[in-house]
Amino acid sequence: MTDIETELRVRRIENGTVIDHITAGKALNVLKILGLPDSSHGVVSVLINSHGEYGKKDVVKIENRELKVKEVDRIALIAPNATINIIRNFNVTSKNKVHIPSFVEDVVECINPNCISNSDEPITSKFKVDTENACLKLRCFYCGRVISENIAEQLL
Amino acid sequence: MKFKEQHIISMREFSREMIDHILDAAEKMEPIAHGKQKSDLLAGKVLAVLFFEPSTRTRMSFETAMLRLGGDVLNLGSVDASSIAKGETLADTIRVVDGYVDAIVLRHPKEGAAQLASEFAKVPILNAGDGAGHHPTQTLLDLYTIRRESHLDGLKIALAGDLKYGRTVHSLCYALSLYGAQITLISPKELRMPDEIISDIIARGAKIIETDSIEDAINDVDVLYMTRIQKERFPDPAEYQKVANKLKITIETLKDVKPELKIMHPLPRVNEIDTKIDDTPHACYFKQAFYGVPVRMALLGLVLGAIE
Ligand SMILES: [Zn+2]
Repeated sequence: MTDIETELRVRRIENGTVIDHITAGKALNVLKILGLPDSSHGVVSVLINSHGEYGKKDVVKIENRELKVKEVDRIALIAPNATINIIRNFNVTSKNKVHIPSFVEDVVECINPNCISNSDEPITSKFKVDTENACLKLRCFYCGRVISENIAEQLL
Repeated sequence: MKFKEQHIISMREFSREMIDHILDAAEKMEPIAHGKQKSDLLAGKVLAVLFFEPSTRTRMSFETAMLRLGGDVLNLGSVDASSIAKGETLADTIRVVDGYVDAIVLRHPKEGAAQLASEFAKVPILNAGDGAGHHPTQTLLDLYTIRRESHLDGLKIALAGDLKYGRTVHSLCYALSLYGAQITLISPKELRMPDEIISDIIARGAKIIETDSIEDAINDVDVLYMTRIQKERFPDPAEYQKVANKLKITIETLKDVKPELKIMHPLPRVNEIDTKIDDTPHACYFKQAFYGVPVRMALLGLVLGAIE
């Protein structure tokens, strides 16, 4: 690899957050959930189909911003195995798994076209998260409709 | 039991104790609902009736309930003539009306509308139907009818018709499962009750039997709850005719039933119950419509804190 290739592929970050072990192919959804990239922060880099210990995965690196685990828990909806690494001075200072939250707000859009949350009302979408039977279900707080598949497609 | 200032949004939040409490209160309201006894329990209280889609029966029974208790009713009037037609949000409408009244009855075509309204109102919201969503007062009046005309404990009930899309039938089943009822589901296979609901209500204590023939089930039950099958559910009108004729009851159908069998229907009916049945002791659907009044009186009295 040339220097520039190395730089592009595996550039280490000095300070910031690395979200590792994202389900392969879901990195762009992760950015969407976090509202990234935004204008106020440093470089965001994305590795898609990176080779990990357990097969392919995606990685997202965000420079100069330390995300809190709670802040990224919503990522668990589409990448339940993701880990959050906080980097300071090129060292990993903490490493945490994401947790599936019990309630999510303003992340997903209801699939029910007749749901009040899909009309022009001053409310945000809200879902109760049900993790029973190892299968993730989001139940709309307003209409009660359940989303269990293709959650990524419903991201706001 | 605390109902004062509570919203009534969906049956899902009701325990058996809460249901029994409301039905007990409704029973005390019956003489007033009949006009045999005067009451000023809700004198000075104002109820707003906001119907964003027409449902004359439900609206009238709420209005009757309020008036019989000495309260006043403020009707939004026709939606086309109001600011809603100009594009006002439901949230804004609720915030405005909230300042005028002591409670709001809401009927709205969007699912979840009552939940939204409850987030913007300080006064109690009573959900009178939101789209294909919840209609808790219908379920409560169905339960009241069963308790008054038959019995809730050890009940054997058959539900016939469109069990797939009929959400009021779904919430009735949820409520009946709290009483350990034996429920026979009668429907054409196209309109079967969804599996997830069946497994839910079994888990909650109901016993379920499924069939597609009224004749197979009717002789053994205490209550037969008929519902309408909508033509538009069937792409082929001939298929609809076949199904509609199968789920239709006449005097003939009733020849071997229990003498105490009660037949219920949320009304309006089309032709699923022969009018000749109306004069038999089995017919219970007009009484059922009346029972909406004492049940709604009880709810209004409870949420407005006039009774406990
Ligand atoms: Zn919804």
